[in-house]
Parts: sequence; structure tokens; C-alpha cells
Amino acid sequence: MTGAKTTSMAQYWDTPPAARRIRWAPFVIYGLLGFFALVYLLPLAVMLLTSVKPLTEIYSGSIISWPQQWTIDPWVRAWGSTCVGLSCNGIKGYFWNSTKMTVFAVIISTAIGMLNGYVLTKWRFKGANVLFGLILFGCFIPFQIVLIPMATLLGKMGMASSTPGLVFVHVVYGLCFTTLYFRNYYMAFPDELIKAAMIDGARFFSIFLRILVPNSLPIVVVTVIWQFTNIWNDFLFGASFSTGESAPMTVALNNVVNTSTGEREYNVHMAAAMIAALPTLLVYIVGGRYFVRGLMAGSVKG
Amino acid sequence: MASLEIVNIKKRFGDVEILKGIDIAVEAGEFLVLVGPSGCGKSTLLNMIAGLDTVSEGEIRIGGKTVNALHPSERDIAMVFQSYALYPNMSVEGNIAFGMRMRKVPKEERERAVQEVAKTLQIDHLLQRRPAQLSGGQRQRVAMGRALVRKPRIFLFDEPLSNLDAQLRVDMRTEIKKLHQRLGATIVYVTHDQIEAMTLATRIAVMRNGELQQLGTPAEIYSKPSNTFVAGFMGSPRMNLLPGLLRVEGNDWRLEIGIEGTPAARLPLGALPEAVRAYSGKEIIAGLRPEAVTDHGEADGATRAVVDAVVEVTEPTGPDTLAVLELGGREVTARLRPDTALKPGDHGRFAIDLAKMVWFDPATGARVV
Amino acid sequence: MEARVSRSSPEVASNSFGNWLQLALPKLVLAPTVVITLIFVYGFILWTTYLSFTRSKGYPIHEWVGWLQYDRVWHHPRWEVAMHNLAVFGVLYVVLCMAIGLLLAILLDQRIRMEGTLRAIYLYPLALSFIVTGTAWKWMLNPGLGIQKLVQGWGFENFEFDWIVSEEMAIYTVVIAGVWQASGFVMAMFLAGLRGIDQEMLKAASIDCASLPKIYWNIIIPQLRPIFLSSMVILVHLAIKSYELVVALTGGGPGYATELPSTFMYVHTFTRNQLAMGAASAVMMLLTVAAIMVPYLYSEMRAGRRASQQ
Repeated sequence: MTGAKTTSMAQYWDTPPAARRIRWAPFVIYGLLGFFALVYLLPLAVMLLTSVKPLTEIYSGSIISWPQQWTIDPWVRAWGSTCVGLSCNGIKGYFWNSTKMTVFAVIISTAIGMLNGYVLTKWRFKGANVLFGLILFGCFIPFQIVLIPMATLLGKMGMASSTPGLVFVHVVYGLCFTTLYFRNYYMAFPDELIKAAMIDGARFFSIFLRILVPNSLPIVVVTVIWQFTNIWNDFLFGASFSTGESAPMTVALNNVVNTSTGEREYNVHMAAAMIAALPTLLVYIVGGRYFVRGLMAGSVKG
Repeated sequence: MASLEIVNIKKRFGDVEILKGIDIAVEAGEFLVLVGPSGCGKSTLLNMIAGLDTVSEGEIRIGGKTVNALHPSERDIAMVFQSYALYPNMSVEGNIAFGMRMRKVPKEERERAVQEVAKTLQIDHLLQRRPAQLSGGQRQRVAMGRALVRKPRIFLFDEPLSNLDAQLRVDMRTEIKKLHQRLGATIVYVTHDQIEAMTLATRIAVMRNGELQQLGTPAEIYSKPSNTFVAGFMGSPRMNLLPGLLRVEGNDWRLEIGIEGTPAARLPLGALPEAVRAYSGKEIIAGLRPEAVTDHGEADGATRAVVDAVVEVTEPTGPDTLAVLELGGREVTARLRPDTALKPGDHGRFAIDLAKMVWFDPATGARVV
Repeated sequence: MEARVSRSSPEVASNSFGNWLQLALPKLVLAPTVVITLIFVYGFILWTTYLSFTRSKGYPIHEWVGWLQYDRVWHHPRWEVAMHNLAVFGVLYVVLCMAIGLLLAILLDQRIRMEGTLRAIYLYPLALSFIVTGTAWKWMLNPGLGIQKLVQGWGFENFEFDWIVSEEMAIYTVVIAGVWQASGFVMAMFLAGLRGIDQEMLKAASIDCASLPKIYWNIIIPQLRPIFLSSMVILVHLAIKSYELVVALTGGGPGYATELPSTFMYVHTFTRNQLAMGAASAVMMLLTVAAIMVPYLYSEMRAGRRASQQ
């Protein structure tokens, strides 16, 4: 069979049997799906539309009315001049805070998680499973339980209200997730490859660097995407452990939106929200497949 | 009246034609085996009979009635699958009774039917177990029980033995055959294993690339394959296919076998049917089963010819010895006595049973006679 | 002979250290994470628990007062509202997410065109911060300028949708925003489950039964039970932790009508200088989560062990 024919055959075998097909009119199915799609997209659309309208239109029109006068002024103001707390320099500073914090935290927690996963699956020793359970438990606690001690500790270490402080916190509480992901992935990694490498003379780190790491790209992408999303979107730690200039993007956004002084500049608020949302949205659009795998991986236990 | 009629069935998927026009009539009580290499369309055809796949063109008739538009559960069929396909959330009893429950059969009748079928298949002690707790063979019996209890007009089997280990496969094959004999059921059975096909079928349909190559009894398929594909596919070891030049000198017909460079071997032929004689001076393909090539000592006159050949490989199988011979540059597999003294490299004399020879046209592959 | 013996002795000595290192290395590598977990998870839990038994206010006061703080929290009017809201929100959040998620998964499983696009649309809310979600929905639910105004503009002049400023109904707005965000996740889980169902089993079911709803009910959905369970656990977990959504959407208001344990804890710890009360509420949050996670994890591990024994 030629290549083209095989692909079609493969496609053919992949279609679910007539058994599972709902025999309703297709338009009912598409109608329902379309309805939900609209509901899901509505907030995003509203945010976008509102962020490009002048304030007068916001008050005179409705949330989904098309802008009669387009303006990117809200975006410019949100970035550079809107007031966050007492300083009125826009959210760009906080955007960079978040970027710095997230990049470092993701890299460090992913690297350590990788090593942990490697140890837990390929170098089993007595009690390894118990230790894994111990580490895993950290994923499930409500973080409110550690806020007070952590705030105290960061204060004592002089890292309160600082980006390094937040990086530290996110690494500490991200380790359980990254360890879980890599552990699950490496469990399925063939042990024979490790044994072959050992016979060839490779030791602990050589095996890790030459055999596992080069073959880990899918799970690294999943972990990085997942960690990036969670850390960038975090608010609780940001609000609890940083104030003022060192706050991350989410805290700044909340500040902007919830100020009760003066006129509510909804368009600027929405622009700020969009700016805050763009990084993770972009990551999602580009790496959506891995995002889903991350979701699945996180819910597979033991 | 035929129990199942497959009338000019075609199946298209996009631009690909998966089935190119299949016509088969299955009588009541027949055991029809659809056999062919993977991708030939046999499973597709079975799914279409069951109603699990749509028909692009043509008709499926069960009991004389066209069923193209009928839901699988309305066609009076039952199916047994390769992966057993048992419902994991129900017990064995639940699995067997599910269809009846859906058709609202009263509880007493349901229980009686389940008991009856379970006893026939010897799984009555397993009724309360879940599929996960059963062995492969037991699961297959439950799958058959689920099919039996429907008392359908037609049983469909989709490679049911492929997941079993070799010994179990042989045992279950016999079970299925016994069941067929006892129930007199009409069965359509799909397999890629030609041994299963030969041993189980009353008729075999050999398929390839969506086309029916031959429809016939096992004996017909074996000794009179309709083309070189069927000849090569059915029977193990495969039929020897020898291309050669047909020559005549007076009344002596000969097949000259050889490839360029090597000296041709001349195979003396006896009387030939007219259709074959038309190939005089032209290329033709001679088909010979290995058992038609034997030790010289067995040769006996009119229908047997004698040739010299070199032994390349010998494979003792127990009941006989398979030998690969080099004849005129071509390889020929022969069945020799189990205690033959011939070794690789030996020259020997071999007898060819000309009565069992089959002739094929080199261009089309079709049988000449 | 002699030369070899004397040469091997120093090698043996260095090998034994090298060997020891190789054996210990895995444990050494894992150790930092273990230590971190011990301190920052378990240690901190203990620390917070200890604080909940003290008289701490704006700063830690090491004076043991037994169950006093728990008593104060438990009888606090805001806590009562918070617990009530948690129950309402939790139940609705879980039930609606599962129902919508299952429905969307079943619909998407029907081999429709644009499946990839639709899936991406249902899932993208998960990529957003809760703050962004809260901000967007807060805007949409704004009585004067949001959906209420929109529908009134269509001619339904008596349409009212001011839940977000209503003390009774505000919690339901949190439900709406929360379900919008998380149901895509449940959909993804169910879709994966549906796709994992044995095709041949569905063919067999089709032969047994003509009615598709019955096939779903009797055969497909029972097989999705593990997914029901794990999504429920994850949703409950998210519901208990949900803090940012409330902050952005309603700020806990109007008044404290949408107070949840998480906001209660934050406010008392960081704003009202009631460290010990905050600690006590955090401990109670932990216990609630544990009450659900521990039995679930335990049964999962036992099932895993049973499966590997078969």
C-alpha cells in the first residue's frame, strides 16, 4: 500500500464506531457546543472590547457593543501610567517582577524535580516510596496553612517583599508538582536503557545527563508550561509575601481594579487584565497539547 | 433461501475504495470464513454485516430482508470479538443477560437462558465473577455465551482466537467447530490465519485489497486456487509457483524452467488440457504443492514425472522432511520421507505428481485450468 | 603476581569511597527536597497549629490558651457565613462542573469537526489567573454596565441581574465564575476517559442494545467512575482553596456575604492582627481538605497495590 493510502486507512480505523454516534440531528449537537463556546469566549471578548473603547462609550454602550472609536490608549495607560497603590507608573514594573520571579522559579523547580524523579524511579532504595508520599502530600495542602510561618521566616531572612523571596517560596511549594510529573514520566522510561548504560560504564550523573535528559523533552515542556502558568497566575503568595514595588503582576492587577478612588477606568482595568493574561494565554495557545498532558499527569496518582 | 446475502457491497472512505464490490450468498448452517492479509477489508465487511459500519453501495440481506438501514441490535445477529469486549462493570451473568435486559425479557426467562448457555459452555461456576477475574479462555467463553443467548440467525466472529496463546487457540478452535456442528448455526468468521480458515470453514472467501479472490470449499481453495495470490496465501508451506516456457516436440510437452544464465531444467509433462496447450511457446506458471514433489522411489508412471534437482535445505518436521530444492535456478519446496538420506548439497531424483499441477497465466495470475 | 597485589590495594581503598558515594548519591540528591518538605510543609503545619493554640495577635505571643481561638473562630458570625458559603459554593461548583464537563465531553466525543478548536476554547479559562477571571466576570456582572444593562437594552426592561451586589445571591456569582473556569478541566478528563474505552466493547453494546442513552448509562458512564472520583476530589480541593476568585470578584462582599474560609483566614491574619485566629482557621481548612484527600489517596494506593498483585 502506498503511503497516502495507509494514512487514510489509519484515519478510517480511528473513527469511533457507529455505536457511539448520537443519532440526534447534528445541529442539536453543534448548537449545544456552539452555545457553550460562546459562553466560554464571552468574558474574553468583553475584556478585549472594553479595553479598546473610550470611557464615554463604555458608559453609553453595552459590554458587547462594537467600538465606534477604537483606542489603544487604555493599554498604554495600563502599561505605563495607571496608579497601583500610591505610585502611578503603570503595571510594567510589576510585569517584569512577575517575569523574573516566574522564570527563575520555573527553572529551579523543574531542574530539582527532574533529579528527584530520576532518583525515585531508577535508584530505588528502601523507603523511597514513603519519601515520595511525604513529598506528594505537599501538593494537596491549602497554602493558607503555611502563610504565617513563611511570612515570619522571610522577614527574619530579610527576604520579605522581594523577588528572591517569592522565587524561594514558589520553588519550595512547586517541588511536589515537578517531582510528581517527572517521577510518573520516568516510571515509564525503559529500565533496560539505564542498565545498558551502566554496563557501558556510565554512573549516576552520566546516566542522567546523557540518557534521561535528552529523552525528556515532552515532560519538560509539560512541566515548564504547568509551572509557568501556576506561578505566573499565583496571587496568594504574592499578596502575602510582597508589597509595594516588588509585587507580582497579579497583585498589581488586583490593586488597579479594586481601587475605590476616583472614576472607575474600566477600559484601563480590562487592558491591565489582558496584559496580565497574555503570557499564559500565549503559552496555552502555543503549547496547548502539553498543557492538557500536564492536567492529566497531575491527576494520575501512584 | 440464503440466510445471508452480500450483494455488490462497496465501501468508500473519502477517496479510498476499501471494498470494491463483494458478492457472497451464505446458506443456512454454513460456516463461512473470510480470510486474507491485514487491510484486505474482511473486518470491514463483517462490521457492515453487523451494522456497525455504513454501506456505501450494495445490499446486505438477512433472511431475505434488506437490513442496510437496521440498527445492529435489530438485525438478529450476534458477534464475538477479538478482545472479548466484555462489560467490565458487570458480572459474567450480567454480561450475558445484558441484551435481554435491554429487550425487557422477563427475569425468569432471562435466568433460565443464562443458565442454559452457561452450562453448554461450562462457565456456570463463574457466573458471579467479574471479567477482570477470568482467564483469557474463560473470557472468550463468556463472550460466546453472550452471543449464544441471543439465538441469532447469524453468528459473527471477528478474529476471536487471536488474543489466545497457541495451545488454547487450538482447543478453542475445536470448541467452535463442535458448537457449529451441534447448533447448525450460520457463522461468518473472520481470520488472517489460513489454518483456522481451512479447518473451520464449510466455505472460504479469500479477500485481498477489497476484492474477493475466490469463494469455495477448503478443498477447492487448496487444490484449485483461482489465482497465484490464493495459491500462495493458503496452505503452509506455500504452493510452489514455477514460471517457465511451455515447449512441445511432437507429442512431448515440456516445461523449461530457468532464469537467465543458469541452465534450464526440463520438466516432462504428460497430457495437457487444451487451455494449457494454448500457451505453447509462451511463458506460463506451474503451481505445485510441496506434497506433489516427493522422493523418486514413489514415482509411478503416467501422472508422475521425474526430475533431477539439488537439495539446498532440509527441515525435518516429524511426520516428514521439508526440502528446498534448486530446480533450474528456482526454489521448489518438496515433502520427502521423514527418514530421507538426502543432505544439503546432494543431487537427487524427485517425482512430481502431474495430476496435482495447477496452471496460471503469468500476466494476470489467474488460473488457466 | 606481587606487583599486581600491591597495585590493587590503593585501588580498593579509593573504590570503596567511590562505591559508597555512588550508593549514597541518590539519597543525597533527594535529600534537599525531603528536608525542604519536612521543614516547609510539615514543620510549618506544626508551627501554624502551635500558633492556633496561643494568644497571638499582631505578632506571636507564646501563651497557651487551649481551644480558645477555635472557639472564637467557630462562633464568629463571619465564619458561620464562610462555612455556609463554602457548602453552597462547594456543592454547586462540583456538581455543575461535573455535569457540564461530562456533557461537553460526550458531545465532543461524537467525532465532530473542529473538535480541536472547541476543546481549546473550553480549556483556555484554566490558563488564566483567578484574578483575571474575577476581574472579567466582575465587569460582566456589573449591574449598571454589564449583562443587566445589555439585556435591558434588548428590550427586557425589567430584567435584573444584580446578584453581585446582593447579599443573598453574591455567592452564586462566585459559582458562575468558578464553574466557567474549571469545567473545561473536567471535560478534558472525561474526554480522555471516553477515548480510552474499548471500541470493541462498544460494538458489542451496540448489538445488545439500540438505545444510545441506555448504552451510556449502563456501560460507558459506570466505566468512568474513577474519573468521577478523581475530578470530584480535585474540584473539592480547588473549592476549599479558592481565595483569589473571591478577592477579585467580590472582595468578600458585599460586606462579608461572600466570605469563605480562605478569605476569613487572610483577613484575620494580615489585616486584623489576629494571628492565632487566622492560624486556627487555617488548621480547620487543612482538616477539611485532609478529610477528603486522605481516604481518597488511601483507597487509590490500595487499589494500585491490589492491581499490581493480580
